[in-house]
Amino acid sequence: MVNKDYSNVIYRIDAVAAKIYEDFQKTEIPFLNLPTRTKSNIKFDDKLNVWKYGKSITERTAKSLDGAYMLLRTMYMADFIKEMIKINKSSTLREMYYISEGWDLAKFHSQQESNLLAEDLEVITSCMREDFKLRPEEDGARVIGNLTIEEMTRNNTKKKIHCQDDVGDAGYSIPYNVEPEKITFKGIDADFVIAIETGGMFDRLVENGFDTTHRAILVHLKGQPARSTRRFIKRLNERSNIPILVFTDCDPWSYRIFASVAYGAIKTAHISEYLATPASHYLGVTPSDIENYDLPTDNLTKEDVSALKSELTDPRFQDSFWKGEIKLQLKLGKKSEQQALAKYGLDYVTDTYLPEKLAEIGITRK
Amino acid sequence: MTKITAHDLAKKQKEISVAEFFERNKHILGFGNQTRALITSVKEGVDNSLDACEEANILPDVYVEIKNHEDGECKVIVEDNGPGVVKKQIPHIFGRLLYGSRFHAIRQSRGQQGIGISAVVLYGQLTTGKHTKITSKIEENTPAVVTELAIDTNKNRAEVIGTGTAHWDKTCGTRVEISIMADYKRGKRFVYDYLQSTSIVNPHAQIIYKEPDGIEHFFERTSEVLPKKSVEIKPHPYGVELGTLIKMAKHTKARQLNSFLKTEFSSMGDRTTNSAIEKAGLEKTTNPKSMIREEFLSLHKAFKKVKIMAPSTDCLSPIGETLIKRSLKHETKEISPEFIITTSRPPSVFSGQPFQIEVGLVYGGNLPKEETVKILRFANRVPLLYQQGGCVTTQAISSIDWRRYGLNQPSGKGIPSGPAILLVHVSSTLIPFTSESKEAIADVPEIENEIKLAFRGCARKVQHHIHKEVKRAKTREKFDLITKILPEIAKKSAHMLDKPVPVLDPIITKIMDVVWIEDIVEYVKVDREPIQTTLTGGTPEEQREGTITKSRIMVVNYKRNPQKFNLYAIIPEEAVVGEVSPNPSKITSNYIKWNLDTIHPANKIDVNFELAGLEKGDFDENDLYIENINPAYVIGADKWEGD
Repeated sequence: MVNKDYSNVIYRIDAVAAKIYEDFQKTEIPFLNLPTRTKSNIKFDDKLNVWKYGKSITERTAKSLDGAYMLLRTMYMADFIKEMIKINKSSTLREMYYISEGWDLAKFHSQQESNLLAEDLEVITSCMREDFKLRPEEDGARVIGNLTIEEMTRNNTKKKIHCQDDVGDAGYSIPYNVEPEKITFKGIDADFVIAIETGGMFDRLVENGFDTTHRAILVHLKGQPARSTRRFIKRLNERSNIPILVFTDCDPWSYRIFASVAYGAIKTAHISEYLATPASHYLGVTPSDIENYDLPTDNLTKEDVSALKSELTDPRFQDSFWKGEIKLQLKLGKKSEQQALAKYGLDYVTDTYLPEKLAEIGITRK
Repeated sequence: MTKITAHDLAKKQKEISVAEFFERNKHILGFGNQTRALITSVKEGVDNSLDACEEANILPDVYVEIKNHEDGECKVIVEDNGPGVVKKQIPHIFGRLLYGSRFHAIRQSRGQQGIGISAVVLYGQLTTGKHTKITSKIEENTPAVVTELAIDTNKNRAEVIGTGTAHWDKTCGTRVEISIMADYKRGKRFVYDYLQSTSIVNPHAQIIYKEPDGIEHFFERTSEVLPKKSVEIKPHPYGVELGTLIKMAKHTKARQLNSFLKTEFSSMGDRTTNSAIEKAGLEKTTNPKSMIREEFLSLHKAFKKVKIMAPSTDCLSPIGETLIKRSLKHETKEISPEFIITTSRPPSVFSGQPFQIEVGLVYGGNLPKEETVKILRFANRVPLLYQQGGCVTTQAISSIDWRRYGLNQPSGKGIPSGPAILLVHVSSTLIPFTSESKEAIADVPEIENEIKLAFRGCARKVQHHIHKEVKRAKTREKFDLITKILPEIAKKSAHMLDKPVPVLDPIITKIMDVVWIEDIVEYVKVDREPIQTTLTGGTPEEQREGTITKSRIMVVNYKRNPQKFNLYAIIPEEAVVGEVSPNPSKITSNYIKWNLDTIHPANKIDVNFELAGLEKGDFDENDLYIENINPAYVIGADKWEGD
């Protein structure tokens, strides 16, 4: 594996410690500033074409007990990362959570807490999690299609993998690191990528041979996609310039999956330019499809309704397509699933629905 | 129809013996049903024992045993370590109603009318036909006298069935065994409650209760000090009835009206005597024996028009805040309450009778949160178990708005509900009971008002306590911050940069910006206190074994400027102040005062004091006040409002 140069990372981590240390020396109450990481503080970046954090700032100060704890944990985490870089190890976020057990006062009470702080540290230092030698618990999802990937294996040898011929029906598994030092794309021969929310639908398309009949690369998102999945899609798009089509259930949570693929997620808006693929299209299932295809439905729950309403004020959903569809769904009071298309038979999705939808957005001939 | 003449009627008219009267009216004495009869019997026996012991300056050890027979007959045994009763008096005290030493005396005592124990003897005799057995021993090295007696209900005299002597291990004491018809099954719980309650207001007494199945309950003594003896006082003009006034005048040795008033009544000085006589339109020199009814009437009326000082309150023997708290603490140990607060009111007067109110409040712990609060009512150290609804204490409690103090009370009236026990003790020379069964105190406005004032005082302390706790918890967080977390942040940042750990003091004062006062109370058991010799080399002071309460107060200046102010610590009146450091500027019976030296930023002063004469837990929380500093700067003490 190519040894990465971490000196810049160490410099940035030390800068955090130095800021706190200087506060002490200046007899100021120590504090750190970072962008507010909420829906209200994401702005569209015209240059990068993705959603980034805006100007609003959150202050973490030792004036309050909570703030002081946050600072202490930040220091411990920074020191821990520095140590890992020094001894050339990496850990999962979960491992770090358990390691924090030994941090006495600075220990975390939940992994949620430590994950969020790791993100905070990314924001503060403008580094990426990968720079910190921290990796997520779950790796990325699966890929099937006419695509050749060259992966640097753990034995430091390069291995070429063709994502149809060299893999089983489960497909190629996306590793947690998809940066150029780990994988490169060697050959892509496809017209588009379909990113699919559920494993059931991914397997349906595989079984029906959709990747060969329609020259598609199929990517399984596994619900809310991991960073590496999003980064993989982003790199695939940059490399080949073929369109990314997102195919999910028809409910507010699925729209957020699309938003994180296309625009960037609120939690990771500081690295949207690495993760988001602005050239993504939402293929379906749309609320209009519920009516047009007369799909079986469930009623919207209270949570669904408030999630939809929240999306109406989400800056990422402010175009006429989304406003129209969300309002329609609220009017219908219904939601549906990808697999509801099976109402018309197992081949309906590949023979009828997807070709029609693809034609609708002008991707393939009818 | 033959005409019935007055003479015919006269043949039927005869004296009704008191015993006969009570035979027909046993309900008014508390023997209304078989459950009540059991408790009343125990109560009269125990009251008698406690009174006897206290009068003889003996710390009471009372033993109560109930033997239950299948047919509903119970044998109640009450035994004490009191002075005993001389043989000649036994028949009078136990076999005669309305016989006693306390009826005529104006001072606080449990029983008064001399009905109590003889009524139990009578009840037993009426229901079981059995005699009462009394064992009494009056001094060491003499045998105990055993007397069996019954009451002749026609003559109101004892009928001694037999006497004898027996060996008794005790130095002295009395044991009464009375068989009565009673409902043990139902009365059982009340007997226990009664004895437990009795133990709460009689911390100087030890009570052992043995149930029929052999189980013994032990109510420990929590105070080794006998209650202050109540002094007999003369009647107060405000409380005297016209008839009594006339009777007193008839028997007085005084030859002149003014000396009669001054010597036979309390609170009558020259000025009040003269103005009362003047208002009544009488002469100072009038011989009281020759006064006529109209003159007495105008004198009686004149009393009310003159401002007369309240009677002396020596005749009262309240329990005291510390002892009530200690008893409550002891009896509620299993509940582990959050706090116990007690308040004593100063003595007051109704119709010339001195009285005093003491209240207590137990809060939190395992007490049920949904049920109405338990009310413990006491009159002259005797628990009141029945007729709670008709008692002035309940009335007073119901009229307080408890919602402000964290208890539930729909519409702010009635008995509140919540995790609390309320205690009321009324002591008086004359408890105005609603009936002869002495179960509820009558609605006397003065008493009701005093109870309300006492509970309000108590509730204020509760509020103060809660407020203080909340404030402390908040600032303790900050304290954690500056003592633990901030130094860690500094250490870690220094470690990462490989630099020396920065100085924190200026930042700590910036974050805290207060004067922080924290205290702890500890108890040290001393087997034998070190004997202190006086400076002049005189005789060593003798000291008892006991507990030393040590209070340590830490005052830290987390302000950015030097601070100089005075500190007050409230101490219980019963406490004896031991070592105090630094040197106090003043010690009174209620507080210790320090003029503290200037404290510089980030510096601290330790203040310590020791209290003797208290049990462990009597003093469990410091009450601190400050002076000559903005109270908003200080956490852990309040503004001193003056003595």
